[in-house]
Amino acid sequence: MKLYDSIVIGGGPAGMTAALYLLRSGVSVAWCEKLSPGGQMLMTEEIENYPGFPKGLKGYELVDLFAAHLDGWSFDKYTDEVAEIIPGNGVHRVRVGDEWVEGKTLIICSGARYKRLGLPNEERLTGKGISYCALCDGNFFRGQEVGVVGGGNSALEESLYLSKLVKKLHLIHRRDDFRAMKCYQDKVCIKPDIEVVRSTVVTEIHGENALEGVTLRNLKTGEEHFLKLDGLFVFIGFEPVTGFFPDQLGVDAQGFIITDVEMATNVPGIFAAGDVRSKLCRQVTTAVGDGATAANSAFLYLEQLDA
Amino acid sequence: MAVQVTDSNFEAEVIKSELPTLIDFWAPWCGPCRAMGPVIDELAAEFAGKVNIVKMNVDENPATPSKYGIRAIPTLILFKGGEVVEQITGAVSKSSIKDMITQKALG
Repeated sequence: MKLYDSIVIGGGPAGMTAALYLLRSGVSVAWCEKLSPGGQMLMTEEIENYPGFPKGLKGYELVDLFAAHLDGWSFDKYTDEVAEIIPGNGVHRVRVGDEWVEGKTLIICSGARYKRLGLPNEERLTGKGISYCALCDGNFFRGQEVGVVGGGNSALEESLYLSKLVKKLHLIHRRDDFRAMKCYQDKVCIKPDIEVVRSTVVTEIHGENALEGVTLRNLKTGEEHFLKLDGLFVFIGFEPVTGFFPDQLGVDAQGFIITDVEMATNVPGIFAAGDVRSKLCRQVTTAVGDGATAANSAFLYLEQLDA
Repeated sequence: MAVQVTDSNFEAEVIKSELPTLIDFWAPWCGPCRAMGPVIDELAAEFAGKVNIVKMNVDENPATPSKYGIRAIPTLILFKGGEVVEQITGAVSKSSIKDMITQKALG
């Protein structure tokens, strides 16, 4: 079994930054990412708030620049899913696909993914009308009628993108007020083809081989009605990617990993960075900061371990 | 590298293929498709001679995706003897695609 100074789990901005900082400090690194690097940056059309790029750039363009920063460094890349972690005393074991590797330190940057509504038929109709990525699937709904569920930045940002493609968009939000930034709210409210449906939830999803529509319930009046839709896009927040966490790892009520300000978890030698961490602000900028901090903490821990 | 197929050669390359065929429907503007691309290329090399693994750009080839009711990408469809035997939507790990190929294409 191969032993590394550090194993970085995840290829988003936190993982890429952690790997870069570790390599620059001269330690041996394994990097696990089941897909090609980028994480949620790849799902983002335009990134407008990453300092240094005042004109904004495409999500994939920033990914390519991040990845280019790792060119020329020597490390092992494992293109598969991390399935299991067995914490040990000084050395932790990680199963990537069918293979076991060992690391003196681990940095978990597995990120977060879009939450599901949790309704019957949702999984069956995903890809047949239900989507969690406007950028990927918006094109299939050109000139059609779609619903968007949610009230945060993602829901409004994606609605603005979709409204350029679809004939009519119903923005379905369970509260009266939006959590999204005011700049998005102002833009959404003046779009004639976006109808804002407040204080309303989706209670049923209908369709056999393709989505046919949803049942909506008004939370104030209790009234229910059927809305015919070609597509339903769901942006109701994020959940951490946790399937492989060891039992003893401390997490918050939503399952996000609890760390101190230096990104250390409650398990010695295991650190966490990026969206998977329990925190309030989840951005590319904060992920990058977390990644650098975690790498530095792992490096200091390694020095102590070898002393 | 997985070969790109088109609406015009889909019948010959996929439906009439002697080997089971896995086709990846993708587009250049789709982030998760970009994430899956290298995985599909690696699998094409690993299963060469046993399973035919190809890609189709849905932007340039609208007829086939519409025929198979594709409304999200990336979508992978496995064909055996011209019939659909499995369909996966969304970016998934290499090992889960490998398991699917082993069970449904070679099993």
